[in-house]
Amino acid sequence: MDTLKQIAEHLERGEDERVHELVSRAIAAGLPPGDILNHGLLAGMTVIGEQFRLREIFLPDVLLAARAMYAGLDLLKPLLARDGVPSAGKVVIGSVQGDLHDIGKNLVGIMLKGAGFEVVDLGHDVPAERFVDAAVESNAPVIGMSALLTTTMPVMKEVVDLVKRRGLEGRVRTIVGGAPVSESFAREIGADAYGFDAANAVERVKGLTGTAQV
Amino acid sequence: MKWRVDWTAADSTPDWNQVLRAQGLPAGEALPPRLVALVDDAFDLYLRLARPRALVGLVDPRAFADIYAGDGLNSHETPLESIAPKAERLALFVATVGERVSAEVSELFARHEPARGYMLDAVASEAADGLAHAAGRAFLERLRDEGAVTDQARVLPYSPGYCGWHVSGQRRLFAALGPEEIGVTLNASCLMLPLKSVSGVLVVGPGVAHRFHPTYAFCEHCGTRQCRDRMASVR
Repeated sequence: MDTLKQIAEHLERGEDERVHELVSRAIAAGLPPGDILNHGLLAGMTVIGEQFRLREIFLPDVLLAARAMYAGLDLLKPLLARDGVPSAGKVVIGSVQGDLHDIGKNLVGIMLKGAGFEVVDLGHDVPAERFVDAAVESNAPVIGMSALLTTTMPVMKEVVDLVKRRGLEGRVRTIVGGAPVSESFAREIGADAYGFDAANAVERVKGLTGTAQV
Repeated sequence: MKWRVDWTAADSTPDWNQVLRAQGLPAGEALPPRLVALVDDAFDLYLRLARPRALVGLVDPRAFADIYAGDGLNSHETPLESIAPKAERLALFVATVGERVSAEVSELFARHEPARGYMLDAVASEAADGLAHAAGRAFLERLRDEGAVTDQARVLPYSPGYCGWHVSGQRRLFAALGPEEIGVTLNASCLMLPLKSVSGVLVVGPGVAHRFHPTYAFCEHCGTRQCRDRMASVR
């Protein structure tokens, strides 16, 4: 069977050691790193994402597949950088200042990577300025913010306002999420999008970056 | 008067099926073997790392009313406003599963083991919620031993961040109870550290005292609807 197809299938089964071995073999065989990424790892994550969307599998299944994805990505990263293989886009993510919860943010990051995005993860307790600085420095068109406390949600508005004040509106889009956050809150603060869960956040980011499939 | 309660990790381990239900996972044979292994692993880690403990402190109704008023950010009408005055006894509490569990969750994500980190986090969340009820049972038992409550007395915990009690209510609660002595602190955003910690008030009273109709304005946005099960548990 085609090595790339095997990579995808073993990734879907969450077999990280096998994926590592197959990616290593594919590299040794001279397959282009971009092809190994897109037609091997990301092809598998696309199937996983669709199965999750259709509720055929559960979130832990997605995360087991993600572990297998990381096993392959660790080998590919330096080669992708060397060859200048483009990603689907860059996204800056973080939990806002005052908030140390990061599970939700981590899940979004994993799913964004699974969808081919390059993720600049600022971690937790991130001040508003740092979100915007990071987006400018990394030339990222999207800032994703997570909050699990109502007391920290105002930081999201600070980021949206800062994007406008720095003349970045339209060039840098914002998406917000987290348990106390809502679509109406996102509209109220002028955010460009709201993700009600990690999978939905990825779809919204695809919409913001124009990479959504029509 | 306040006292510390310590539990073993085993005492605080949540129910397996409750963890599955909270994650939307099927119980019993419907769960695939590799997910069973993941949940087993999470429980093993929890048993190894958890150091559950609580601080409980008696509070009189007037003092609690002041604590409950907080920064004036509570919803206009809340269930606890009518429940607390019917209590035979009230106690503030803060409980935690300890810092090592949260640290391990972060470490697992950093090591690209997100499935293990996610499941440990799920187990720890259920365990933390369980500690609120365990603190309540310990309080009620103490009161019964002292002959301080009626036979009909039941206990339920109520926490800031739920049912109209604003999360900032924790500021006055922490100032009154001083849970720093069990290693739990509150940051400026009202986030408790360690993360898997719970706080609130234990209300001891007859089961009927805990009843309310979930028709408040905030009920429309409630994602859990746990109040019905809670009220049923003290009938």
